Amino acid sequence: MAVPKHKVSKSRRDKRRTHQKTGAPSVGTCPECGEAKLPHFACPECGVYKGRNVTEVSE
Amino acid sequence: MRHRKSGVKLNRTSSHRSAMFRNMVTSLFKFDRIKTTDPKAKELRRWADQLITLAKRGDLHARRQAMAIIREKSVVHKLFNDAQQRFGSKAGGYTRLVKIGLRKGDAATLTLVELTGEPVESKKEDKKAVKADKADKKAKKTEE
Repeated sequence: MAVPKHKVSKSRRDKRRTHQKTGAPSVGTCPECGEAKLPHFACPECGVYKGRNVTEVSE
Repeated sequence: MRHRKSGVKLNRTSSHRSAMFRNMVTSLFKFDRIKTTDPKAKELRRWADQLITLAKRGDLHARRQAMAIIREKSVVHKLFNDAQQRFGSKAGGYTRLVKIGLRKGDAATLTLVELTGEPVESKKEDKKAVKADKADKKAKKTEE
């Protein structure tokens, strides 16, 4: 069976891992109040999603 | 392979899962909208749709099948009384999900599950509903 000849040094291991990173979350703006909000979520400030206010009981 | 294996397990045993969804679907029909995590909300739609289909059929057998899932008799009465008016014109799409944010403790996505359609104005204290409520309470007392 093929086996690595040398131990991977900490430096080499860590260098490989420099590309493993998390990106910034995609954030949009609420069309109602202009606050930052996550896409496909109701706005945390005004509670509106697709023109409906979801925090109040709709009539 | 997960061919034809629909539904989610949610790290629960089968009995735990069905008990949980029975509770949840009872609450959903009782309060019209409930807040839960996203995967549970998505799975809850199946339960709700199935029960509304039963309610639209509306015969005695359907009522008994609904009674076997919903835990409160009064909720079944309300559902069967309102279903034709509320959902009669639709074939599916009885629920609406809206994501409302991330939970603080574990960053789980919280979702609002709502029944679509205009809520039916109930006549002041439906006689049958009152009767069923009383029966529910009586049953609880006898259990204790």
